[in-house]
Amino acid sequence: MKKPGTWLLHGVLMLFALIILAPVVYTFLTSLKLFRDIISGSWAFDPTWRNYEQLFMSNRNSFIDLTRNSLVVGGLTLAVVIAVAALGAYSLSRFRWRRAISGLVMAWLLFVNMLPPIIFVGPFYLIARTLDIYDTPLAIVMAHSILNLPLAFWMLHSFFADVPVELEEAAAIDGCSRLQTFLRIVLPIARPGIAATAVLVFVFSWKEFLFALTLSSTPAAMTIPVGIAGFAQEYNIRYGEMAAAAFFATIPALILVFIAQKHIVKGMTLGALKG
Amino acid sequence: MMATSAVDMTRQQRWRLSTFLDANFQYWALAPILIFLAVLTLYPVGQLLRMSVSDMAFVKGKLEWTYVGLDHFQTLRNDPVVPDALKNTLLFVVVVVCVEAVLGLLLAILVSRARRFAWFYRSVYMIPLLIPPIAIGTIWRLMYDYNYGIINQVLFELGLTGPLWTANPDLALVSVMIVDVWHWTSFLFLIMLAGVESLPYELSEAARVDGANEVQVYRHIFFPLLRPTIIVALMLRTILAFKVFDQIFLLTGGGPGTSSEVISLYIYKVYFVQTRLGYGALLALLTAVIMSVFVVFYQWLNNYVNRQR
Repeated sequence: MKKPGTWLLHGVLMLFALIILAPVVYTFLTSLKLFRDIISGSWAFDPTWRNYEQLFMSNRNSFIDLTRNSLVVGGLTLAVVIAVAALGAYSLSRFRWRRAISGLVMAWLLFVNMLPPIIFVGPFYLIARTLDIYDTPLAIVMAHSILNLPLAFWMLHSFFADVPVELEEAAAIDGCSRLQTFLRIVLPIARPGIAATAVLVFVFSWKEFLFALTLSSTPAAMTIPVGIAGFAQEYNIRYGEMAAAAFFATIPALILVFIAQKHIVKGMTLGALKG
Repeated sequence: MMATSAVDMTRQQRWRLSTFLDANFQYWALAPILIFLAVLTLYPVGQLLRMSVSDMAFVKGKLEWTYVGLDHFQTLRNDPVVPDALKNTLLFVVVVVCVEAVLGLLLAILVSRARRFAWFYRSVYMIPLLIPPIAIGTIWRLMYDYNYGIINQVLFELGLTGPLWTANPDLALVSVMIVDVWHWTSFLFLIMLAGVESLPYELSEAARVDGANEVQVYRHIFFPLLRPTIIVALMLRTILAFKVFDQIFLLTGGGPGTSSEVISLYIYKVYFVQTRLGYGALLALLTAVIMSVFVVFYQWLNNYVNRQR
């Protein structure tokens, strides 16, 4: 397809890429500006890290605490979700189940994935208050575990299905129990897939807002998105710090896109088209 | 004598236990996920049922329930916000899904034709799906800002006066729709791309030899083949669009007035701003029922389409 067509094609695609990247770049630039540069609206300015210092070092913000909470919540969530989903996915992908049972589990996970999470907010709030884990990372881990279970299950299910059955049969002949086969043969082979799933679960936990908001009230448990939302509710908007916080929260996404692109596509579209 | 037989016994029992566990590996491996689903979805739905016919309060840290029967239904009938929120939610969903589907399909076709840089476009288009929605809201809030935001700055340089965007009752919902299109077009792009890339190109070559032009190839050959993918993707995105919460919470808070109020946000406010847990639970329950119908229909549609292939 001759020259002009190709140029037009890439022109349009670049334009869309620009539409996606420009807001992120704009936010990054804003985060490097002092307030006077933000209000002057000039394109030339002296970049400074002051907003990031304010975010992490000053007493006004508790972003160190929030970052720690986000990491703890994300880490615990991925540990729980991977363990539970891996066992379940292996069981359903490798053993004979009645269609009624496997179908039930699949449909149930589909519902969890598709129903609006607001449905679970009220009961989870009551559970957290009753168990006295409200405003602790544990309460948020509880919510994030169930939210991410479907995605992890579908991804792991497809990865386990790709492991050659012959290897497992050979292990069984050599005297491995089923658990040993799972731990020593299947898991190591599926490691890249498990790693991709874990990273995706972490990022989804990192960006989740609704449950983090409703299950926490102090910096003891608040995660980064809740902290960012706090800025928006102040009367005097601190533009620079808001931009710095938003950009900081975006960093995992930017890293992930370039290291695990193929797996993200799989994770995003798999749950989509498998019922 | 006694001692050895006792040792034998335990060894034998242990052996039996491990054989038993091994033979039933598939059952206990599935148990954790079933327990999770039961405790964290079935039980909450049960709670929701109970909450929707009760009033509850924390008295000295202990939860106390009062049965109120169908009082909350009465409240619902007289609540003027619910119709507004439903109307806004529906309008929001229909508009964003249509725009995102058209853009997503267009991008998928274009990317599938770009031989060079395809990986770059794919990566960039994926980014919005991974950014925390709250950060997306913040980014757009900075850009929409009436005084210092870049959108109005650019409009000013073009000699125009920018509107108030999120603070204008006529534009608030449109503003959050724009953000949603920026955020979610990628999702439909990824699904459509999978469909577009599996199209049989030999067929289009044959059609071209027979004198069909580019547009005809897409219209008469590719589009019919893509139709199942498009329908399923649309239905899926429609269901997911009902979840919208984060960006509206941040950008408009549902306002001004109820001009951008949506159902998730309103339930949140009923729970935590008005602290009416019982009434909020009733609204959540109704949402669950309505959305379940959608999910069941989606599943039927998906199975139907897969059988047709």
